[in-house]
Amino acid sequence: MRIAGQGRLGDAKSVSFRFDGRQYQGLEGDTLASALLANDIQMMGRSFKYHRPRGALTAGSEEPNALVTIKAGDAREPNMRATVQEIYEGLEAVSQNRFPSLGLDLLSVNDLAAPFFGAGFYYKTFMWPKSFWEKVYEPMIRRAAGLGALSDSADADLYEKAYAFCDLLVIGAGPAGLMAALTAARAGADVILADEDAVMGGRLLAEVEDIDGQPGHDWAAGVVAELEAMENVRLMTRSSVVGAYDQGTYAVLEKVGHHKARRRDVPLECFWRIVAKQAVLAAGAIERPVAFRNNDRPGIMTAGAVRAYLNRWGVAPGKCMTVFANNDDAHRTARDLVQAGVHVAALIDSRHDGPTSDLFPVIRGAQVCNASGRKRLESITLRTAGGEEKIQTDCLAMSGGWNPSVHLTCHQNGRPVWRDDIAGFVPLPGAVTGLHVAGACNGAFSTANCLREGMEAAKTALDALGRKPRSFDLPTAEDGTYRISPLWAVPGKGRAWLDFQNDVTVKDVKQAAVENFRSVEHMKRYTTQGMATDQGKNSNVAALAVLADVTGRGISETGTTTFRPPYSPVAIAAMGAGGAEKGFAPERFTTSHRASVERGAPMIEAGLWYRPSYFPKPGETTWRQSCDREVNMVRQSVGICDVSTLGKIDIQGPDADKLLDFAYTNMFSTLKVGKVRYGLMLREDGYVMDDGTTARMGENHFVMTTTTAAAGQVMQHLEFITQVLRPEWDVRFTSVTEQWAQFAVAGPQSRDLLNGLLDEPIDGESWPFMSCGAVTLMGVQGRLFRISFSGEHAYELAVPARYGDALFRELVARAEALGGGPYGMEALNVLRIEKGLITHSEIHGRTTAFDIGMQGMVSKKKHCLGKPMSEREGLMEADRERMVGLKPIGPVQEIVAGAHLFTKGDPAERVYDQGYVTSVGFSPTLGHMIGLGFLKNGPERMGEQIRLVDHLRGIDAVCEVVDPVFFDVDGGRVRG
Amino acid sequence: MRITCPICGERDRREFYYQGAAMARPSEDAGAEAFHDYVHLRDNPAGVTRDLWYHEGGCGAWIVVERNTLTHEILSTELAEAASLGDAS
Amino acid sequence: MQFSGWRVLKEGLTGNKGWTPHWRDPQPKSEYDIIIIGGGGHGLSTAYYLAKEHGLRNIAVLEKGYLGGGNIGRNTTIVRANYFLPGNSEFYSHTLKLWEGLEEELNYNVMMSQRGQIALFHSDAQRDAAARRGNAIINQGDDAEMLSVEKLRQMVPFLNYDNARFPIYGALLQRRAGTARHDAVAWGYARGADQLGVDLIQNCEVTGIDIEGGEVKGVQTVRGAIRAKKVAIVVAGRSSLVAAMAGMRLPIESHVLQAFVTEGLKPCIDHVISFGMGHFYISQSDKGGLVFGGDLDMYASYAARGNLPIIEHVMEAGMALMPRIGKARVLRSWGGIMDMSPDGSPVIDKTHIDGLYLNCGWNYGGFKAVPASGNCFAHLIATDRPHDAAAKFRLDRFATGRGIMDEEGTGAQHNLH
Repeated sequence: MRIAGQGRLGDAKSVSFRFDGRQYQGLEGDTLASALLANDIQMMGRSFKYHRPRGALTAGSEEPNALVTIKAGDAREPNMRATVQEIYEGLEAVSQNRFPSLGLDLLSVNDLAAPFFGAGFYYKTFMWPKSFWEKVYEPMIRRAAGLGALSDSADADLYEKAYAFCDLLVIGAGPAGLMAALTAARAGADVILADEDAVMGGRLLAEVEDIDGQPGHDWAAGVVAELEAMENVRLMTRSSVVGAYDQGTYAVLEKVGHHKARRRDVPLECFWRIVAKQAVLAAGAIERPVAFRNNDRPGIMTAGAVRAYLNRWGVAPGKCMTVFANNDDAHRTARDLVQAGVHVAALIDSRHDGPTSDLFPVIRGAQVCNASGRKRLESITLRTAGGEEKIQTDCLAMSGGWNPSVHLTCHQNGRPVWRDDIAGFVPLPGAVTGLHVAGACNGAFSTANCLREGMEAAKTALDALGRKPRSFDLPTAEDGTYRISPLWAVPGKGRAWLDFQNDVTVKDVKQAAVENFRSVEHMKRYTTQGMATDQGKNSNVAALAVLADVTGRGISETGTTTFRPPYSPVAIAAMGAGGAEKGFAPERFTTSHRASVERGAPMIEAGLWYRPSYFPKPGETTWRQSCDREVNMVRQSVGICDVSTLGKIDIQGPDADKLLDFAYTNMFSTLKVGKVRYGLMLREDGYVMDDGTTARMGENHFVMTTTTAAAGQVMQHLEFITQVLRPEWDVRFTSVTEQWAQFAVAGPQSRDLLNGLLDEPIDGESWPFMSCGAVTLMGVQGRLFRISFSGEHAYELAVPARYGDALFRELVARAEALGGGPYGMEALNVLRIEKGLITHSEIHGRTTAFDIGMQGMVSKKKHCLGKPMSEREGLMEADRERMVGLKPIGPVQEIVAGAHLFTKGDPAERVYDQGYVTSVGFSPTLGHMIGLGFLKNGPERMGEQIRLVDHLRGIDAVCEVVDPVFFDVDGGRVRG
Repeated sequence: MRITCPICGERDRREFYYQGAAMARPSEDAGAEAFHDYVHLRDNPAGVTRDLWYHEGGCGAWIVVERNTLTHEILSTELAEAASLGDAS
Repeated sequence: MQFSGWRVLKEGLTGNKGWTPHWRDPQPKSEYDIIIIGGGGHGLSTAYYLAKEHGLRNIAVLEKGYLGGGNIGRNTTIVRANYFLPGNSEFYSHTLKLWEGLEEELNYNVMMSQRGQIALFHSDAQRDAAARRGNAIINQGDDAEMLSVEKLRQMVPFLNYDNARFPIYGALLQRRAGTARHDAVAWGYARGADQLGVDLIQNCEVTGIDIEGGEVKGVQTVRGAIRAKKVAIVVAGRSSLVAAMAGMRLPIESHVLQAFVTEGLKPCIDHVISFGMGHFYISQSDKGGLVFGGDLDMYASYAARGNLPIIEHVMEAGMALMPRIGKARVLRSWGGIMDMSPDGSPVIDKTHIDGLYLNCGWNYGGFKAVPASGNCFAHLIATDRPHDAAAKFRLDRFATGRGIMDEEGTGAQHNLH
């Protein structure tokens, strides 16, 4: 219920929202949990395994119970914590993991079967009958598992990623963090202060204690105002620092739009990478529950959460409150409640020497040993020396003490250190380079200590930054001692919860130990403690303590599991912002792209590039028709193909020829100016890396081409050679792939076409096969290479890229006038297969020069990169799979790439495997399909009939093994 | 993770390509075993190592980075040109 | 103790007091016939098969931390037999068959779920490569099918078909592939080995290997010296460190691989799905979390944790492939140490030292190999002859160039596999 005059929402507007279909009123500034509690709604969810009714356990992001789904349809967000979801007008929320409703959940029958659902039960059963696991048991388990459900549709919200840089990142804006930020900011450092909450102040928002004579939250607001006005400070609210990565990089998730109605034009979340020279962790602490029988009833929550609901949101979670604690801190809850006019029936302190009070009844040396009330708390049972007694209560505030939030300090393998005096773990100093800890997360719980440590941590950071702090006084604040007597679990029958969400109880931990899962990691995995959405924030320490107890070890000795990023869960869409649809990778377009699209060419991906597959003419309905026509066109008149995507590297310098001789297997230093040579490049392990042609444009000037696929790799390779291996060479090179638009002009009429275009005509003598040089066309400087990938008389003409579109259109028009036209990737592929020319289908990374029949290209006169390893005996054995041509004979005329080869008569089984097919095409030139492949002992089996089998597409053909050059074996056409 | 390129300054790891251990290439006549060692075998220490990175998203420099494989601490970076990893035979 | 539904029922009705330890905690003896260094998936399964199939019981598994605490404890749980090169084909075929009988074999529910793996491809060239692979799988006697885009739209409608940067052309499906519960596999083998008399010694880091005259004599550990006639090294990412104790340098580079799990969600992904444009693979665990991963961080590391660039790239790939998972929230990330080899394929071999055996180089594919790796390694250790299914996993193949198994085709750079 809402208590008038309490809380800090002040004159907040009324907000209406819906939960499970019913409408309620709340106030702006409420979370869904505080608003529901204000409306006397305690039950907000069901637990994972037993489907027990649950209410909010906490008031923060560590909440394990009150997980709801916000919004609907494609905006649906499952597993949102009601304790941090701010309400807004029209918010729609539904509970999860229950059927048919929160009030009536059929799967709560699991609770009755609890004895059979203990730790690890599923490993011991569900094995019989064998087929039932997949058909029956697993589907049942899967349907019962999970909490919320994802929408079926694509996530259509906007997400962004950003970078930020600063001198000091302060993580947490409670008293320690605010002091740290203030200290550093006043010293002139660039500061980013981040807090996961919507309002800065941390615990000060939930407490009534004064700082410097004013309410703590007012002091906090004043500091925030001062920081906001400073130019060297960036304040980030609703921003959770979720990961500490190497060299001061922090991952931060900013919730930009969750507290407002959906908008498509504003990001819902922003994922930040913040690079901080220094950082201060002021993340506070999280209160521990106490384990006792039925401690999971709706209406049982942590004592600090009750103070937050009361003092920040003005809500009393019950009318007849009780408190159960093992420490002094929780007494403040009873005090605050009474002072707000809420009835406190009793405070039960497990310690005999706890403080007493005039304001409320205190029962010392007692323990709560049971709680009743299935859908909301009705009573608790306590055990004293004298026996057991029941107290009627509708809300129990429990406190087992506080766990410093050490998480980020563990992200780089650091393990926290146990301190007996606070019964908690504190960070290992120096666990993350440059990260200093302050305040409650460091085990300093009084407000005065938090303020002091915040200032000191900032000073340490400033020192490391080489800055001097400005001196100013610490504000005055309470400096109470944290008194606690550990109480992890109240002994007794029944189930006492440790991990609320995963339904892991003290019994489960004990059973794990009995079954010898005695290390903390084993216990955790066996029981699933700590593996729920709170990642053990509410249960790790208690479970560890129970395990320690049961195995007769101390807590330090038993250890601790580690914490890993993210501190709180982060949406895949946030960390993956920009990756959906076309954003996943850059798109590279050639200068002829537009013209190709205008002609209806389907554009296909070639790495990051788009290239035309074929150019359909009116009347053509299949790609084959277009492809066949284009192949004939190139062989009979002339075709134009954009080959700009092939890598082009301009290499200059007196040692350029040495570079080429080292990188290529064959000689390039002997290449004459004005000539082009085909080259093969190996990896250092002796396999073929790439092939291409290199043209000598001048004495010290070469232009190398690579395949499209390997362009970047070859560039990097050349950089490696010249920087790492041969830095003494005088050679420079740069990629000019994008600077030159380059087009193949291929076919018997290619020279005629060019002579209509070039400013100076060419002939067979001045431009023999494999020559190159500068040309001009219409006054534009270009380069001409007489090389051929089609086996026809052909050239490649290059102009500066800005002329590419114009040149393509001009070439195509002229080609069409000669009876030719543009051709695409399909035809390009058929043409080269007809000539037995290789692509990366053949040099797929596992083939050597020997395998592709090019061992003759590995010069015996010189060393090259890769040569030594290429001479390993295993790489030169005759029965390796070596390249051959394949021609289908017999009734089955279809062959496919990916088929395997077998000796005729052998079964199509691995032990008989003789090879595989890499490239196929229908050859209109020859009138049948042709292919290239690799066959054991290939070159020695010319003329043999072999079996070609593709199980996937049902093809079983007989092929003749032939020379890979199917057409114009002497190469007369290319030299014409 | 941030790496200081000697030319560009401190940059995020995502700008770099990692090849592997920084080993000196054997001279061309050093024999099969030396090349097998160079290409395949590694000390692979759990501690300080020197490896080769390429500033692919930046200036294109090959860099030798000295770092700790257990802690990811970066101890030093230098241009590979100066690291004498070629056999210069 | 035999596990079964009846046992669970009986124990539940009698206060669950009868459960017994899954394994003993024996003190290490001063001598064993065989010492297995490494109590992860492969080490435990090796111990099991040595005892079960070769009747050898005087064995100790020495684990530096807790059993199954390495890569077996944190992986994306995928089981498949879709390798295509000779050497790998027969091995993974063998492992898949062992998986199919594993629950019965171990009397432990490893939750083997043969839900199928869908391996997508995005270009004609990729289709051709997938065809070569699929045919190789069928030649081996395992199952593979090529799925058209139309068929995929029916099976997995939530993939991005219509506005993808790299459109889906089709996929290779292996129905017998799927997932299994990783911890259960480790614990099942551990329990099985222990029941057969193998000593599982935890918190027993090996600090030295004793060799005399080219023969292994035993090991040094933090709990004292232990003699043995045979010593087997099976420690994944730490292989170089342990092999160095025997004066060996391995063709291994250790790298970090990160993997991720989301909060639990109602069933939404029913297969193992892998993306063809870069490494990315995803499935949904029976607890509801989406389990997924991608490429290595790419720099050598023993830190068992990684950095943001690859995390973001993996998430971006997820969004590119199936944008419906955008609102699934990553709950935890973790990293392991992968022993990367020059061809991406493993080593199960003797060494030049008598009595010293080596099993390593699983890169990041070790989980699916657990049964056959142990089975074949046990065969080698027991008989000194390689198992037929692992005969090609020789250490000397890098030196000779004979039998290189480079599935990725990326060559001898360790992190490219």
